[in-house]
Amino acid sequence: MIEINLLLIFMIAGALIAVRVKDLLSSVIAVGAVGIALSLGFLILKAPDLAMMQLVVEILSLIILIRATIRKDIPFSMSGGWTFNTSATIVFLALFLAVAFFALKGMPVFGNALMRVSGAYITQSPALGAKNIVAAIMLNFRALDTLGEATVLFTAIVGVLAVARKIGHKKES
Amino acid sequence: MSPIQEKGMSLIVKTVTKLTVGFILLYGVYVALTGHLSPGGGFAGGVIVALAFIHVMLAFGKEVALRRLRSQTLRVSIGVSALIFLYIVMAGFSGRSIFNCEITIPICEMAIVGFGLFAIFTALVLLSKTDKDAE
Repeated sequence: MIEINLLLIFMIAGALIAVRVKDLLSSVIAVGAVGIALSLGFLILKAPDLAMMQLVVEILSLIILIRATIRKDIPFSMSGGWTFNTSATIVFLALFLAVAFFALKGMPVFGNALMRVSGAYITQSPALGAKNIVAAIMLNFRALDTLGEATVLFTAIVGVLAVARKIGHKKES
Repeated sequence: MSPIQEKGMSLIVKTVTKLTVGFILLYGVYVALTGHLSPGGGFAGGVIVALAFIHVMLAFGKEVALRRLRSQTLRVSIGVSALIFLYIVMAGFSGRSIFNCEITIPICEMAIVGFGLFAIFTALVLLSKTDKDAE
């Protein structure tokens, strides 16, 4: 598990750099480094499916951020009291850590998942006629899950196309 | 050479793009179609397909890419594949479906994801003002 810990430290460092650095391009690249490390983490945890998807999505979002949005002049607000911001951050962080401590105590140990639902998948999937268990889970038990995922993406696409359309924007002279 | 050909990146990038973009598209479709047997699936395949079109757009400029894949085609294919997907999943409740789910669900998801992400990229590029000033 030493690789996972190293990757987590790398990701936290990348996220901190992305937040603190002044240059926007460096910030975007640091976010990309965090995503690539997450992809490596999926690969180490033996989920090549997710690793592939994370890698591809990371590259795509990096291209979109650099090509389409970074050249615009983004106003950067530094107003607000320093003491209020810092104290609010500390309070929320303490609250989150306290809740997470009690919530994570009830979870099973890392690597020993509860097999309540998964056991039913394994015993019932041969009766469905799928080629293997992964196909049975992905296309039979969790087809509604995939539908929800596609619905989220479809809604996002419609929203972006509605906001970023050409018609309806004022022409500046 | 027409003026459209002169936009975009250098000659090396254009030549390599011409050679590789077909293979990238083919790989995206392969990843989507064999998602139930090997790592992959409709979402990953769709993002690879979107990256292939974005590749063309970055190398040749937006006119060439949009001539190859019109905005109307994008919208119609996203809508049709979303409706087919909805029909398949809802038909599961009554226990019958006229489609082969192992092929159609990943293809529909690939169409939604791929064309949708390319549409988002196109919209954001067309929206940004600095690109218009540069050309």
